[in-house]
Amino acid sequence: MIPAPFTYKRAGSVEEALELAVDGGEEAKFLAGGHSLLPLMKLRLAVPETLIDIGRLRELSYISEHDGHISVGALTSHDTVARSDLLAAELPLLAYAAGQVGDPQVRHRGTIGGSLAHADPAADLPAVILALDATLVARGPSGSREIPVAAFFRDLFETALEPGEMITEIRVPKPRDPGWSFQKFTKRGIDWAIVGVAVQGGSVALVNMGSTPLRAGAVEREVAAGSLPGDAAAHAAEGTSAPDDLNGGRPYREHLARVLVRRGLEEARSRS
Amino acid sequence: MKVTLTVNGHEVAREVEDRTLLVHLLRDMADLSATNVGCDTSSCGACTVLLDGRSVKSCTVLAAQADGSEITTVEGLAAGEEMHPVQAAFRAEHALQCGFCTPGMVMATVSLLAENPDPTEEQVRTALEGNLCRCTGYHNIVRAVLAAASERRPR
Repeated sequence: MIPAPFTYKRAGSVEEALELAVDGGEEAKFLAGGHSLLPLMKLRLAVPETLIDIGRLRELSYISEHDGHISVGALTSHDTVARSDLLAAELPLLAYAAGQVGDPQVRHRGTIGGSLAHADPAADLPAVILALDATLVARGPSGSREIPVAAFFRDLFETALEPGEMITEIRVPKPRDPGWSFQKFTKRGIDWAIVGVAVQGGSVALVNMGSTPLRAGAVEREVAAGSLPGDAAAHAAEGTSAPDDLNGGRPYREHLARVLVRRGLEEARSRS
Repeated sequence: MKVTLTVNGHEVAREVEDRTLLVHLLRDMADLSATNVGCDTSSCGACTVLLDGRSVKSCTVLAAQADGSEITTVEGLAAGEEMHPVQAAFRAEHALQCGFCTPGMVMATVSLLAENPDPTEEQVRTALEGNLCRCTGYHNIVRAVLAAASERRPR
């Protein structure tokens, strides 16, 4: 299997990438690690005319600490995020979850920005970033802007990014409550989550329970009101629209969400 | 477009289509057919090679993305007639049956041991998650990886 023909362009800088995107128009796509996009292209589910390779923009691969927040460059690989001492100390939820993405080969190539821009609701990091209340920094032809993650995921594989716009940085506020947990239920180690749960303090986000990653609002309200994990988790499926597929029907996923949210809340509480 | 790689220490320059995958360049244009194509969807790991020292699935990397990089395939491991310690451990522990997954398993192991020279059994199993053995010979594979790690450890 090989992708349909396309034109490959390699960008030497963010500026050049943005110019190439303007030239390429609607049928151009940015290529980071390619581990979401290239499989889709082989299956002809994506048929871009132009690929703009931004994978070598070292300037977008970094993890740095600032007053009150941590900045992660969009092209930082999952492997680098998973191995970061700074993230292990300040954002262990993100470091741990990045180490659960795919397998070592995928983590060597895949990037945090690529995963977010791809916006697969079954992917791990979108829900993690949602639970962490991060801000995404995007750059396009008309400059740079900040997008709160709550406004970023619009629908299945759809985000608030405009054509020609790319994520450059993920800014994560340092959590007030250190308790965290990441729960991922899969058949095989390398699979996407059938259901996953990211917990940071009283924030709870769900993987693969709708067309976007979702905050479990009813659970969060219960936690804020002082409910025990088991009682709060009973509300985990409220407001979700889980897919029905070969891995499980909707009632099964709703059950999994309740179980995993309870485990997540209990584990987070044990760490806070 | 023209792509120039260093493959197993030798320069390989080839004219490729923009959409050419790294694994096809290696197998079909550089005569290095040990690297297998299995699932073709980045699940099975049969196509694992090292790209600048780190394991990647070469069915999901464009040759163009690898331009200028150093690639190591299983053909590049042995020193003349002498097998690489990981290859030797795979033989000694009978870590292969049909052999289809073996090149990928060996390359994933070389990458693992470069990152973690002394892994626990659990770490080995986790690190090989991206490599599937259709003969399900995982126990011997894990034994081989642990034996190779122990061989490298100073005594």
